[in-house]
Formats: sequence, C-alpha cells, structure tokens
Amino acid sequence: MLIAREVTREYRSGDHQIAVLKGVSFEIPQGGFVAIVGPSGSGKTTLLGLLAGLDTPTHGKVILDGHDLTAMNENQRAKLRGEKVGFVFQSFQLIPTLTARENVQVPLELQGVEGAAARADELLQRVGLGERGHHFPMQLSGGEQQRVAIARAFANAPRILFADEPTGNLDANTGVRVFDLLESLNREQGSTIVLVTHDGVLAQRAARTIRLADGAVVSDTEAAA
Amino acid sequence: MTGSAPEFQQRASLRQLAGLTWRESRSARRRLLLYMSAISLGVAALVAIDSFAANVTRSIREQSRALLGGDISFTSRRPFSPEQQALLDSVKQQYNAEFSRIVTFPSMALIQRSGGTRLVQVRAVSPNYPLYGIITTEPADRLVALQTGPNVLVDPSLLVSLSARVGDTLSLGLARFVIAGVLKDVPGSPGVAEIIGPRVMIPERYLPETQLLVFGSTAEYDMLARIPSGADPQKIVISLRPQLERTQLRAVSATRSEENTTEAIQELSEFIGIVGLVALLLGGVGVASGVRAFVSRKIDTVAILRCLGASSGQVLAMYVAQAAAMGLIGAVAGAALGVLVQFGLPSVFGDFLPVDVKVTLEPRAIITGILVGGWIALIFSLRPLLALRNVSPLQTLRRDADSEILRMRWNDIPRVLVNVALVASVVAITVFRSSEVQQGLWISAATLGVLGILTLSAMFLSWVARRTLRQRWPYVVRQGVANLYRPANQTQSVILSLGFGAFLITTLYLVQSNLLNRFEISAAGSDANLVFFDIQDDQLPGVDSLVRSRGRVLQTAPVVTMRIAAINDRRSEDIITEERLRRAADSLVRARGGAAADSVEKAADARRRGGAGQPSGRPSWALRREYRSTYRDTVTSGEKVVEGKWFGASALNSNSDTGEVSLDSDVAGELNVKIGDIITWNVQGVEIPTRLTSLREVTWARFEPNFFAVFSPSSMRNAPKQHVILASVEGNPVVSALQRDIVLRYPNVSSVDLSLIRETIERIVTKVSTAVRFMALFSLAMGIPVLFSAVAATRRDRIREGVLLKTLGASRGQIMRILLAEYALLGLLGSLTGMVLAIGGGWALTHFVFEAEFTPALVPAFLIAGAMLALTIAIGLLAGRDVFRETPMSALREA
Repeated sequence: MLIAREVTREYRSGDHQIAVLKGVSFEIPQGGFVAIVGPSGSGKTTLLGLLAGLDTPTHGKVILDGHDLTAMNENQRAKLRGEKVGFVFQSFQLIPTLTARENVQVPLELQGVEGAAARADELLQRVGLGERGHHFPMQLSGGEQQRVAIARAFANAPRILFADEPTGNLDANTGVRVFDLLESLNREQGSTIVLVTHDGVLAQRAARTIRLADGAVVSDTEAAA
Repeated sequence: MTGSAPEFQQRASLRQLAGLTWRESRSARRRLLLYMSAISLGVAALVAIDSFAANVTRSIREQSRALLGGDISFTSRRPFSPEQQALLDSVKQQYNAEFSRIVTFPSMALIQRSGGTRLVQVRAVSPNYPLYGIITTEPADRLVALQTGPNVLVDPSLLVSLSARVGDTLSLGLARFVIAGVLKDVPGSPGVAEIIGPRVMIPERYLPETQLLVFGSTAEYDMLARIPSGADPQKIVISLRPQLERTQLRAVSATRSEENTTEAIQELSEFIGIVGLVALLLGGVGVASGVRAFVSRKIDTVAILRCLGASSGQVLAMYVAQAAAMGLIGAVAGAALGVLVQFGLPSVFGDFLPVDVKVTLEPRAIITGILVGGWIALIFSLRPLLALRNVSPLQTLRRDADSEILRMRWNDIPRVLVNVALVASVVAITVFRSSEVQQGLWISAATLGVLGILTLSAMFLSWVARRTLRQRWPYVVRQGVANLYRPANQTQSVILSLGFGAFLITTLYLVQSNLLNRFEISAAGSDANLVFFDIQDDQLPGVDSLVRSRGRVLQTAPVVTMRIAAINDRRSEDIITEERLRRAADSLVRARGGAAADSVEKAADARRRGGAGQPSGRPSWALRREYRSTYRDTVTSGEKVVEGKWFGASALNSNSDTGEVSLDSDVAGELNVKIGDIITWNVQGVEIPTRLTSLREVTWARFEPNFFAVFSPSSMRNAPKQHVILASVEGNPVVSALQRDIVLRYPNVSSVDLSLIRETIERIVTKVSTAVRFMALFSLAMGIPVLFSAVAATRRDRIREGVLLKTLGASRGQIMRILLAEYALLGLLGSLTGMVLAIGGGWALTHFVFEAEFTPALVPAFLIAGAMLALTIAIGLLAGRDVFRETPMSALREA
C-alpha cells in the first residue's frame, strides 16, 4: 500500500518559491500496477522521488507500506528502501566499477543477506543473462544493462518497484521485451509497480493511469479489464 | 504504525561491506594510489633521515669509547703540570685505571727524497695506544712495527700530495723517520679533518728528538684512561670536577662525548626532518585535491548506493576505507623508497661523520614514517570525502552539478571536527618532531599561516578576475579569466598546491644560499695565500726576510696565549663556581629524577655550543678557554669598532699599569662585560690587568689572523709571544720552495697554503649545497604529483566543457588559448605569492634560527617562480590535450 496525501513540493528559485507539485493525493493498493503520465515538466519525476523516499515533500505525507516517509530521516529511509523498494531507471544506473553479478548483489549485501552471489546468479538467469554475470556494464548493450538493473531491482523482493522511463533509452523492440520481463517478474513476486513514463503505449499496459499536468493530478483512471 | 521508523534488522556485516568496498574500488585504485603518491616522497624523506640518524647514533654509541680513545680523556694545552700529574696518578690508583698518552700538534713534514712539504697533524702515541678500537694499516699490522724504531704511519693523502711512498724518509723538525705504512682506518676521525692536515703518527719516545715543542707551541696533551671496573666514567668526571678546574685540566667521558656528537647529528636530522615533514604536508594538500577529484567521480555511484539502501555512514565508511588503504600503500611505498635512500646516505655524508655508519633497518623510523604518512593521507582525504555524505539518492533521477552536490555548510559539525583534527594533527606531528615545543608550534603556525595566506590570495584572484573581466576582451581570454571564478573553479586548489610548493623550494634555496654565503671567503681585498705561524721571537727577522725575498709580507702579528684571571676583581674560578651553584640550584628546582649534576653539565654544554642562552650569567667556557691574543695600534680592514673607542694616544704611549683591551663583541656578550670593566689576564703566570675600551665586530670568514682580544701594544710588549706572518707569494713552485726552505731552516715554524684550505672549504660547501639542492629538487619532484592532483580535481569539468566547445566549433588553438590564459594567471599568482612568502620565511629562518644576515637572492627566486609557472602551464595544457583525445559522444554521455 502506497499513500500520497496532499503532497506538495516547492523549490526556491532566487527569492520566490516555485511549486512543482501542488497537493497530490492518491492511494495505490498492494500488487497494483500504476502508470504516472504527463508532459515534460508536469512533476512526474519529482513525484516518483517523493514516493520512493528519495526526497521529502514540502507539505503533505507519503506512507509506504505503513511507514510515514516524511517522519523518517534520510538514513532511516535508506534502510527502508533497501528492504522494501526496487528501482529501474531510464539511464540504468548500474555501478560502472562492479560486474553485472556484483551490481545485483549490492542490495542484498547492504541488507546483510548471506548467499548474495548465488541469489544474484539466479536472478541473472531469470532475466536471461546467466552467462554474462562477470561482464562490466560498459561491456553490455543498453537492453542487457536494463535487464541487469531489473534483476537488481528484484533482488531484495521489493514490496514496491519504481520505474522511471525504463524503456526511454532503448529502441522500441528492446523496450517491449524489457517491459515484458518487468511485468512477469512483478506477477511472480506480487510487488506494486509505479511506472513513470510519457510513452502512451507503455502506459496503456498499466491497470491504472494517473495523469499529471502542471503539478496536479488531472485524471486517475482504471483501465478496462 | 504510520509515522514510526521501521524496526531495523541486522544490516550488512563488516565482511560484506568490506567485500563491496574492495570490488567497488576496482577502477579507482590506480587513480587513488596516484593521488596518494603525493605523500610517498615526504614519507621517504622522513624514513630515510630518521633511519640514518638512528644508524649514526647507534654507530656512535657502539664506537664511543673507540672514538674518544678511552673511557675518559684528560686534556691539557700544555705539558701536564705536577699538580695535574698528581691528579692523574690519584685517578690511576683509585680506579685502577690504565693510561695511554697522545700529544697532538701541527707541524711541517718534509719528504727527503721528493723535497715536498706539507702541514700535518702529528700524533705522538704511547706504546699501548689505542686502548679501545682497532687501527688498521696498509701493509697490515704496522701499528706494532711503529713502536720498534723511528717509524711513522701516515694518512694516504700525505703520500699523494708529497709524491712519497712507504719506505721514504720523512722529517719532522730535527728528527727523521721511516714511513712504515699507511693509516687506513682510525676510529674517531672524520675524513674532512684529514684533508685539512693529514695525520702522521709517531712513537712517543721520539718526540723530544724533533725539538718541535718549544715554549708556547700549539699542542694538545691527551691522557686517555681505561677504567676496568664497572664505574661510570661520567660520574668519575663529575666527582673530579673541582680538582680538574683547579688544575685547569679538561676531562670528557665517552658517554658525554657520545652525547655531544649525537646531539649534533640529531640537530641536523631534525632540520632535514622538518623539511621532509613540510614536504609531507604539501603532499597532504595534494592528497586533498586529488581526493576531491575522486569524490566528484563517485557521485553517481554513491547516489545509486543510497537508492539501494546504503546509509550515509556506510557510504562514507566505504570510501574512507578505500582512501585509508591507498594512503597506507602510498606511505609504505614511500617508506620503501626511504629505506633505499637511507642505504645511499653514508656515501653522501660519510666524510662529515666521525664513525663508520653501519646501515641497518630501523623498524621504529619505518613504522613512524608509515603511520605519520598514512595518517596525513587519511586526515587530508577526510575533508573532501565528507562531502559524499551529502549526495542525495535523488541524483539518480535528476543530476545537479558536482559542485552543487558536494557543497558543505561551513558549520557542518563533522566538517568542523575534521578541520580541527587536521590542524591538531599538523601541530602534534610538528611538535613531536621538533626538539622544542615552541619551535614546533612556530613551524606549524608558519605552515598553517602560509596555507591561510595562499587561500586568501586565491580568493583575491577570483575576486579580481570577476571585477576586471571586460566584454571587449577577446573571447578566449574572457573564457580563461572567467574560469577563475565560475562555479567549480580550481583557483583555490591550484594556488594552494603551487604556492606551497614554490614557497617550500624557494625557502630552502634562500636559506641555503644565505648560510653558504657565510662561508664564502671574501677573497677580494686580500691576496694572502700563505700563513706562517709558531714563529719564535728570535726567528722573526729571519723568516720575515726569507718570505720577502720570494713575495710580499701582508701582515705580521704577535700572538700571546693567556687566560682570564679575573673580571672586575672577581676571580674567574669564583665566578664559575658561583655560576655552577646557581645553575645547580635552578636545576634542582626543576630536577626530574635527581639528575641535577647532569643538568649542570648539559647546561654548560648547551652554552659551549653557542646555543641561544640566557644573556645573564657568565658561561664558564668563555671564562675558562685559552685566548690567543695579539697587540697592535691599528684596526684591520676585517674588523670594525662597534662600541667604545679604539686605543687613544694615551694608551699607545703611556706605560700605565692598566693597559687597554678590545674584545670581539660576541665574546664580550658571553663574558657579560661592558666598556670600562677591568679584565685581568693570566699571561703564562703573570697577571696583567686591562680596561675594556672597545668592542669589535670581526669578519671571521676572512683568511686573516683574527683575534678575540686585541691589546694596546704597551700592555703586552714584554709578554712571551710567537708570531704569525701572512704573506702573498705567487706561483705554486715558489710557494712550495719557500715552505721547504723555511722548514729546513726553522723546523718548528709551520706554514699553511691557504689555497689548499680554500679548496677544502669549497669542496665542503659544494657538498653541503649539493645536499640542499638535492632536497630542493626533491621538493620540486614532490610538487609535480601535487600539482597534477590539483588540476585533476576539475579535469573532468574541463574536458567536458572543452569537448562541448569543440562540438560547438571551437578550434584546437582556441581551446588551448583559453587554457593558457587560465593556467598562466593561476601559475603567475601562485608562484609569486609562494616566492614572496618564501622571502619572508627565509628571512625568519636565517634571522631567528641560524642568526645570520639575510639577503634575498632574487634572481634564483624568480627563476624558481618561472619554473613553477612553466610547470603549471604545461600541466594545464596536458589536460587540454585530453580534450582532443575524447570523442564528443563519450564525454557528453558521461555528463
């Protein structure tokens, strides 16, 4: 369960405040698949950052799996992210100095989980990169890098997965395949997915679409089953 | 359950974190190690000098008795008097001591076959010499043969300079000897002494035959004692103190002489060590800017790690561990280099040292070097590393500029703590390395002050650049100047490392050149090249006319030996005793562990070495020493009356009971006497009172006979005396012939060819300046990685921007000119600030520490500044070259 209550985010620019998000509220039940869409500058990425606890709202509350993110400090949120949250980014965000397997291991190791390497291999197998574990990110194609990132996102069996334009840097075909993978892993693990995109086709695959414009929710629609 | 923090379960184990740290460091290790190498040279310097000093100290300790020649050495400037002999006999009885005798004096040696002459140091030794240590000869075991007849053993240099060989006949005075062999290794003889006067060792029993030791001859009579029982020689010396003083006999124990020698070595190594330490701090500055570069490369990784649940503490721990490990490796590499250097040092300094230095590994020096270096690397890295705590996971979604992300509040508590720890470490390490706390504090204050001034001048440069930039300037210049103040500029890090490097090198150079200036012989105005001394009264006319037949006599001076008997009616013994009591009382008050007697000794020693002592109280050395004085009616060109008046007509003509005396102003200071005081001199048994009427400043470096005390002629005319003649004789063959003729006719008259001494001094000066230049060069070598690190800190920004400009159509020339403008300005300000600070630092060191006059050597200083400027520009343009190596895509994608 992810709850946003009257979430506002303001930035100071010079001597006046600019509100990027203006009182956004919604609830996403466990296991849901929600797309947040909107034009460039509508506040999508800012909202994602707030929902995932990467940033704190100026006003309002974000409650993730029962924990009020706004009442926690950064280190507490980091801990919570490590336990319950997975990320997939547009630019993959793999650590360049680690191999594919080591990248997948990171969240497990940060949690102090034993047998991280074996679990990482298992996940790489699952995303079809069982043979590529010893390669560094720069030795992998964009699609492969994103699959490593997906394996990493599911390493700690997250309660909720945030994906920021996950296919934005990939060609159309690769994008579709990567997204299929994301969806199937989600079904297996029963996680909640929050997808930020401006790709209309991708958004249509979500069960629910929240549309933002100018920092506010303009529509919140359930897809017809 | 909303609103509460989650219950934390077990987090990453240390092992897991360490594994992650190790893997994550993969690509950074080399780079980080490069930054850390900035400290390696500093550590190398510390380890080398500390190890070497420890080697020397240990060697001296092991060889101290051999160095002195006995457990105790009793010395007199005259043949032992009956009272002195009685005292020695009592020592012999009481401690069951064994004595060995040596008489040392200068004389001319003549090789009969070749006709060559040379001033030598004669050592007449008793059969049981040496009591300790081994003298090796060539052919072997000639020491035994020495005593079997009229034989001599000589230093190899004598054979070379007089084209003699073993078996030749050598004349000393009226006696003839056979050269039985060559002295290969004699304990306690630094090579330099040998160059000034080669040693000639003769059996004691042939000494009278030479007839060289006449009344007033310069000679030293040593009685070396071996104390077989376990008694501490130093305690014996202390217990004998009153009798020694009464009989005017000097005594030194092996322990004491060891301490004196060791202290000199310690002082030298302390100076070099401080240079090494400052170099290490410069390395620290380099590490800081290198790590800053490292940190900005790690922003993305840190943001990802934070996203994935790493706490800021974990992230910081990871990178601190990486930096510490690399710092430690840098320090260990430096220590290894230092050990290599240590093995080379004896060949550089061997000539200056009284012992054969046994080079062994000194674990203490090595460990200290590694710890100090590692700590400096760590504490200087911590400052930039702390910024990584601020990296928000949000950076994975939306990347800000590096400088924005890494900005820290000035009052950020960990940052303040690190700053305090940094300053405290610098002060603690400096104080720990200095012999005196105050000195350490001064050095650290100066170092921090220099860093502060450089930071300010960097800020000033940014400010001026912002203020003066004009739109009408050519684009490339505008861009270059704007680089000095725009966000993420490198003005501060470059000015700091460059300026500090320039400061260090220039200070070293200036101090060196000013110190060596003192030794430079003011040959101008004096063309003297030959000195004859020990000329007896009746020999003077003969020697004088012989010299005049070959060249010019520049100066003739009578020499009278004397001691101070009383000052203003207070006997000098009383003054000494009183002084001793006062000091003993002082040290008893401060005594730690009841070492009062020792403290008295040490205080006296410190004074003897000319340490900055308290002006009040008369040091016993100046009171006890033997003065070789002269009398004359004029002031020579090498001296200047600074207080009082030179002898007036009355002093020159009258025959009043109280004559007049003029003292060297330093000695007067040590004696604590002032114009008008009455000093009574003991001139070989006769007491002569004189009034102090003037103080002179004497240029001792000139090759002229100079004197602490000069008397009005009337007061000393009848005293027993010898004479010195300073002459100018042209042409080497003429000089040698004259020396030979004088020796043949007046065997007791010695002569010195000043050109030989000049050469010797020049050789020593060259050696010393080579050593100092080596250190300066070493600091320069150290400056290069530091400067590289400073530039590396913003290299990525530079390249990214250059590539962008290139993409937008900038030519290679334009980009190079932008970089040239920026680095030329940085280099100019950095090196000039460093130079100005160095002139201040050089003055302070020369003035306060070495107490010498300071003249800034501006030309070399500017040359050094120019070299630093060129180096900066070269490094800057190297970064520019990388701009053209990168493809636009790779650089832009990285951004």
